[in-house]
Amino acid sequence: MKNLKLFAVISCIILVLVSGIFLGCSPNAPQTPSAKPQVSSDNISQTKAFPVRAPVQRFKIATTTSLYDTGLWSYLEPLFEKKYDVEMDIVYAGTGIALEYGRRGDVDALVVHDPEAENKFIADGYGINRRYFAYNYFIILGPESDPAGIKGLTPEEAFKKIYKAGMQDPGKVKFVSRGDNSGTHSKEKLIWQAAGYKYEDIEKSGPWYIEAGKGMGPCLLMASELGAYILADISTSLAYKGKITLVPLVEKGQLFLNVYAVMAINPDKITTAKMLPAANNFINWLMSDEVQDIIATYGVAEYGRSLFNPLKGGNCKEPGCPKLEDYTVPVK
Amino acid sequence: MQELWEALVQAVNLIVSLDPEVMEISWRSLYISAIAIILGAVICIPIGGLIHFHDFRGKRVVINIIQTFYSIPTVVIGLFVFLFISRAGPLGGLQLLFTPAAVIIGQMLLILPVLTGMTISALNGVDKAIKDTALSLGASGSQAIWTIIGEARFAVVGALILGFGRAISEVGAAMMLGGNIKGYTRVLTTAISLETQRGELVLALALGIILIAIALVINVIVNIFLQRY
Repeated sequence: MKNLKLFAVISCIILVLVSGIFLGCSPNAPQTPSAKPQVSSDNISQTKAFPVRAPVQRFKIATTTSLYDTGLWSYLEPLFEKKYDVEMDIVYAGTGIALEYGRRGDVDALVVHDPEAENKFIADGYGINRRYFAYNYFIILGPESDPAGIKGLTPEEAFKKIYKAGMQDPGKVKFVSRGDNSGTHSKEKLIWQAAGYKYEDIEKSGPWYIEAGKGMGPCLLMASELGAYILADISTSLAYKGKITLVPLVEKGQLFLNVYAVMAINPDKITTAKMLPAANNFINWLMSDEVQDIIATYGVAEYGRSLFNPLKGGNCKEPGCPKLEDYTVPVK
Repeated sequence: MQELWEALVQAVNLIVSLDPEVMEISWRSLYISAIAIILGAVICIPIGGLIHFHDFRGKRVVINIIQTFYSIPTVVIGLFVFLFISRAGPLGGLQLLFTPAAVIIGQMLLILPVLTGMTISALNGVDKAIKDTALSLGASGSQAIWTIIGEARFAVVGALILGFGRAISEVGAAMMLGGNIKGYTRVLTTAISLETQRGELVLALALGIILIAIALVINVIVNIFLQRY
């Protein structure tokens, strides 16, 4: 009979706990998805601790990994939340999966850096209000010994040399590719194309070409371990400076420009996207002097130079830089 | 191996200093996995009992299928649930994606087969003579079942601990369904994954040690509780 009692006790505990969970979250549960958007509701943070369900609508963005890995979002997030009194959730993902989140309506805004994919996303009606807020450059890093001899070449020439040397001696010359449909991966494909190769051929050409399928940071660490060449954005490489042994070898080239775009999900196309006002606030905020000045100085203390370049002031003058109105005119 | 020592020191530091972010993440890990295991137990122990105490055609097949799902990858569970609760999915209206509730659902589904299968095994482990004895001493059918469950309690609790271990240590579903959102869905495993990605290997390892420490505390508490009764 002792056992019976024990189990009665345990069952009661379980019952109480479970009913507690359900009762606990039911008052807050949104009744229908069509509940009206509460962009600046004041009860947003009251259940911040450990809510089982979202108490109110949360503003969700998907952002490219380079901006996340450098810590910029961790810095900007609280500032935005405070200023607009909104709960912002940041999911980091390569541009490929970020756009997919957008297409499925799982996020309200996107921060990406793949102009071609963005254009298609916008043309398909998923994205609206695209603006630009920062830029930097890609670079090719490699081992200091530079076995393929690419130092100072143009990106296209460097890729050609890496390919040839890699085919000849895959033990010595390797190239790590993101391989994850991210913006950086798209840029890599563009450079292969400009160098006169077909990406499909490169992909399958041999053991020198390593498709990692990871974010920018992990790929840098991997390339460093393997003594491989890698195409990376300059900001992430700076942020990983102490952790990798690679050195920048190719830093100049028209193809290297990397512009970060922000856009909202089109509520006309994705009817579940209800946070357009918050998304617009976010877009305008990123273009504001406040954030542009932060971007201009972010990382200076730690790395001796800023990790990203702000667009404010029209510093970006190369071909491929966004037009003035695309980073100054607020969205509505 | 220097890193291992550093990680240990850092883990102790983080625990002793009650680092607010680490405490928050640990607590969230614990509470998400605990809810998953409680829900799982409420569903699985009765189902396991039903399967054990009833003879029906295809019983072996059912048990085989359950055991096969022990090896389902956490990412596949994540993907499966993602397709359901993404706003474009059939349950999209509930807006569960990237919330702690989504992680709970994922972890619960992940441990359902283990809990059910292990409950069946636990009950199988009880001597059949006990049931006969109970019945011959005048126990009703349900009283006999309770007796057997009581006899199997160590093994059932073992199943719960195993399920809890699988839930709190999985990263695939938590990453995919929770999104590793800081201050909202970030749990220990996704934080470890992020710190590894950032190259903060020592911090990542320290968080791993904290996870193990939590498991240790839970196990000790459960064992004390079991020995009392």
